[in-house]
Amino acid sequence: MKGYSTLSLIRNALGGHKSWRPIWRTPDLKKSYDVVIIGAGGHGLSTAYYLAKKHGIQNIAVLDKGFLGGGNSGRNTQVTRSNYFWPQSAAFFDHSLRLYENLGHDINFNVMFSQRGVLTLAHSHHELEMVRRWANAIRINGIDSELVSPSDIKEIEPLINLESRFPVLGGFIQRRAGISRHDAVAWGYARAADANGVDIIQQCEATALNIENGKVTGVETDRGRISAHKVCFAVAGHTTVLAGMAGFRVPITSMALQAMVSEPIKPCLATMLSSNVIHMYASQSDRGEIVLGGGADAYISYAQRGGIPVVEENVAALLELVPAFSSLRLNRQWAGITDITPDTTPIMGKTPVQNLYMSGGWGTGGYKAIPAGGDTMAHTIAHDEPHPLIADFGLDRFETGALIDEGAASGVAH
Amino acid sequence: MLRISCPYCGTRDEVEFHCGGEAHIVRPEPAVNDREWANYLFHRKNTKGIHLERWCHVFGCGQWFHIARDTVTHEVHAVYEMTESPPELLR
Ligand SMILES: Cc1cc2nc3c(=O)[nH]c(=O)nc-3n(C[C@H](O)[C@H](O)[C@H](O)COP(=O)(O)OP(=O)(O)OC[C@H]3O[C@@H](n4cnc5c(N)ncnc54)[C@H](O)[C@@H]3O)c2cc1C
Ligand SMILES: [Zn+2]
Repeated sequence: MKGYSTLSLIRNALGGHKSWRPIWRTPDLKKSYDVVIIGAGGHGLSTAYYLAKKHGIQNIAVLDKGFLGGGNSGRNTQVTRSNYFWPQSAAFFDHSLRLYENLGHDINFNVMFSQRGVLTLAHSHHELEMVRRWANAIRINGIDSELVSPSDIKEIEPLINLESRFPVLGGFIQRRAGISRHDAVAWGYARAADANGVDIIQQCEATALNIENGKVTGVETDRGRISAHKVCFAVAGHTTVLAGMAGFRVPITSMALQAMVSEPIKPCLATMLSSNVIHMYASQSDRGEIVLGGGADAYISYAQRGGIPVVEENVAALLELVPAFSSLRLNRQWAGITDITPDTTPIMGKTPVQNLYMSGGWGTGGYKAIPAGGDTMAHTIAHDEPHPLIADFGLDRFETGALIDEGAASGVAH
Repeated sequence: MLRISCPYCGTRDEVEFHCGGEAHIVRPEPAVNDREWANYLFHRKNTKGIHLERWCHVFGCGQWFHIARDTVTHEVHAVYEMTESPPELLR
């Protein structure tokens, strides 16, 4: 892999940008691999990268039925934060945030990580109490969070309307939270995995799993059978479909989550602004677009498109908070299919089938988890034993009752 | 936007309704093991294709009823009452 550097940029600029090369190979599909990963989103690709780099397993394929990064990893709103309530989530997501802080360096790809802070608002005295409890829990978890008053909020976000229909009474900020460029995360991990010998096979759909005596032995695809020692699936909205191929059930509802962007304007939104009560969050991209989202369309959907009522709700909420945005036009709107669990905690690790692993249930918030998800899944696959950070995220928690209910504790979509 | 036919009021926009999730889930005897209980409480069909589900016409007559909906195309194949079982073809 040719490293990117300031020097290489200058050299290519002077050469009229004619000598850039494709940044990953398009290899032929082999008959057999040590590890086959189904789904070339951020999670599949980062898992492959860490497996190859940290665990020395090189005979790996990552399959995708579409193109890499074309799923939720290329459709999300890029929020990365670790302001979770429960200790297990906080430890896991802060590991991810720390990996993001050095990611561009680690994979030699500019992911444009910008730590501008996530500002969470409270709109009633009761909510303010809950937000204080939440912010304090975060500090007890060893993670930065600061309570802010309405006047602090006005100073951070001058365009905000504190006297909105649900007046802003306070909130808290996690300053280390950030946004990055989602495509760059997928492409960067793909390039780094490829450079470590991983075969990325696009347009190859897994159609069935070969299971003998409770142990996975291969994957049937629309391009033939592949035998594999170990298989992992990371397919976001299609988690139920893959679990179905393996013959077990999962507690997942697949829903369309939408996001949208306005036309680009000059910098005016400093943070990622988020409100649980009016269920809206917004940030400004480096291109100047206001990026906003909110709740999912509240019924099962595999359609990868959302309905207009949710767009209206999101926009109405944003305009209450920032009335100046009423003169903006929406440029684009889209949706991805998110796999939502009852406690909004992911389902990671081993499955009822031997040598079959899963990374799913990421729902509306798995972008921030891509580095840690890959790191811990790679460990789990290499050692056939859950990484300590994800030991509590297994599918068995729905039988033991040890749920990690972030949905109730800190839940907003993203 | 979905258009749903309430069996009592006729066809209305999705915003008048609330989706209550998978239909025909049967509560097991309390003595079943943890696996069966998890199956009842948490695990769902989440079908890609025709899904049998409950909806309530909250901003209308307030009645619950069933629909059979394709979760890829959103086409509604059948609407039937709370006490009815699904049409033979869609089971
Ligand atoms: C609108 C929106 C906003 C979001 N905002 C945020 C946010 O701000 N912050 C955050 O942390 N998270 C956010 N998320 C969630 C986040 O995007 C996802 O949790 C994350 O991208 C999941 O990554 P993944 O690699 O598991 O899945 P994906 O990136 O979806 O990749 C899965 C891949 O599997 C492939 N696949 C599926 N079935 C098969 C098969 N049978 N064979 C082969 N390949 C298959 C698909 O083609 C796809 O490319 C958002 C999601 C959406 C939709
Ligand atoms: Zn009605």
